[in-house]
Amino acid sequence: MAKILMKGNEAIAEAALKAGATNYFCYPITPQTEVAEYLSRRMPEVGGVFLQGESELAVANMLFGASSTGKRVFTTSSSPGISLMQEAISYMAGAQLPVVIVNIMRGGPGLGGILPAQSDYFQATKAGGHGDYRVLVLAPSTIQEAVDLMMLAFHLADKYRNPVMMIGDGMIGQMMEPVEFPEKYKEPPLPPKTWAATGAKGRKPIIIKSLYLDPNLLEDNAWTLHDKYEQMKKEEVRFERYKVSAKNRILLVAYGTMARICQTAIDELEKKRISVGLFRPISLFPFPEKQIYQEAGKKNIGDVLVIEMSMAQMYEDVDRAVRGQKQVSFFGRTGGIVPSPEDVVEQIEKLIDKRKPKAKKKKA
Amino acid sequence: MDRSDKTIFARPEALTDTITHYCPGCTHGIIHRLVAEALDSLGVREKALGVAPVGCSVLAYNYFNCDFLEAPHGRAPALATGFKRLRPDMIVFTYQGDGDLASIGMSEIIHSANRGEKFTTIFVNNAVYGMTGGQMAPTTLAGQITTTCPMGRNVEQTGQPIRMVELLSSLVTPAYLERVAVHTPRHILQAKRAITKAFKYQSEGRCFTLIEVLSTCPTNWGKTPEESVKWLEESLMSYYPLGCKKDPEKPELNDGTV
Repeated sequence: MAKILMKGNEAIAEAALKAGATNYFCYPITPQTEVAEYLSRRMPEVGGVFLQGESELAVANMLFGASSTGKRVFTTSSSPGISLMQEAISYMAGAQLPVVIVNIMRGGPGLGGILPAQSDYFQATKAGGHGDYRVLVLAPSTIQEAVDLMMLAFHLADKYRNPVMMIGDGMIGQMMEPVEFPEKYKEPPLPPKTWAATGAKGRKPIIIKSLYLDPNLLEDNAWTLHDKYEQMKKEEVRFERYKVSAKNRILLVAYGTMARICQTAIDELEKKRISVGLFRPISLFPFPEKQIYQEAGKKNIGDVLVIEMSMAQMYEDVDRAVRGQKQVSFFGRTGGIVPSPEDVVEQIEKLIDKRKPKAKKKKA
Repeated sequence: MDRSDKTIFARPEALTDTITHYCPGCTHGIIHRLVAEALDSLGVREKALGVAPVGCSVLAYNYFNCDFLEAPHGRAPALATGFKRLRPDMIVFTYQGDGDLASIGMSEIIHSANRGEKFTTIFVNNAVYGMTGGQMAPTTLAGQITTTCPMGRNVEQTGQPIRMVELLSSLVTPAYLERVAVHTPRHILQAKRAITKAFKYQSEGRCFTLIEVLSTCPTNWGKTPEESVKWLEESLMSYYPLGCKKDPEKPELNDGTV
């Protein structure tokens, strides 16, 4: 299939259809409303379900009901809307329902703003609702990657019977780039959905719930979920390295749009003979802890610098992964301000200056 | 006397053989049975999906012999919407109490009704939060004593109780809205007709159907089952009049298309 120029939000919508997800529930919120507008036209063409709910609270609960049929379902929203969805996400995680949720993040807290940010990292990766659960989190840095990860998200949701969240900052939603869709989406086989509620014909009733009044059974459920998250940590860690080499003095860690900006900064620094490598987590949960530990532990690395469009959120996970081997610093802008490659270059030069042995001529 | 082996009374197929957790004198058991009889009479048990609420009937899924979802508090209509939109061939119902439906789930029920979602809601109104131990509900009568209004509901501070059937009947879209009671055999028969009709309308593909059932709560009303029936008849029924507010067969009740 030839490449076509598409806006991120529309490309994400089309990718879902390619993955066989033709059931979409939504509520308008900037900067992702184009997904809803696009699908309101496309769903009737593919014979799918499109429904605009009365609130994000209702939409996420509609997903609970819709996912119970065993069909692929999804929604898209932005930060304040995702907060309202946390109730149902917790219930769906507890009831082991597959669902895909896209968060095109804007600045917060509260109503915040409508410009790109990455400030929902904690909410996405640490269980945004109540209870012992996680959602699998994927973070694309290009529109093509958003397409690829969106299709993968449905597969992973079904594989683990767990909510999967794809988080992109507003830039990913609003930017236009050439993208390519597969002619036919292929994925590894999945087990039949024997858990789906399809009517108790010739079998016992199926009950889909997260309620376990017996503490032993509730703990059993928590262990079942825990085992799935451990399996994700073994099988679903995704990341990419850019210009990581034995010459690097500094290791950058950044994801999403921020990682692309860092790539430009790294290219600029190369011209000044400053060697910097980038480690880009693609799966934010499971987090590539071991890989970051290994990269940061290499002898040539003096410093690790985490760069975000948020206030030192992923920084905590990177610092934990590095386990004190090296100094981990943070640089970030937020509230809708996107750091430029020049800002990143400046930060790296500052870090290098700090490490230079101080000249002692003054004392002479 | 003819003593043939003909069964004249049996447990409906749509109910499981389980002892319920409901208190003595509570009418949830009767209402469960009426719903089950309606599913049986229409032959739809095998393609039925129930949605349980949060409240006394949170465990309804243990008593009905059909597929079930357990919803977050108040969200049963949203779950039912999502399910039925994807499976219009199935028969979907929510079973909700007054705290669940008229308080925390007010938004979900109104918008589901207004979109004309093709499921049936069984709304059980006993004027109190039952499961949490008898707190004031939006349906608690003026002056009624509960654990969070121990001096009686003060309507100057908390407003008058909400009449859900009347409120929903202001919407143009819903197909069928009726309030019934189940405290006497005559009322049980009327309720059975209404519940069966609601499911029949749903199977015909008509828009939203809701039956409000006035129920007793001797435990939280602080009354005996007998006193509860009397209080229901004298107090509850005078504020919540029984009757039909919308029915496709009664065009005089409809102010728009159904």
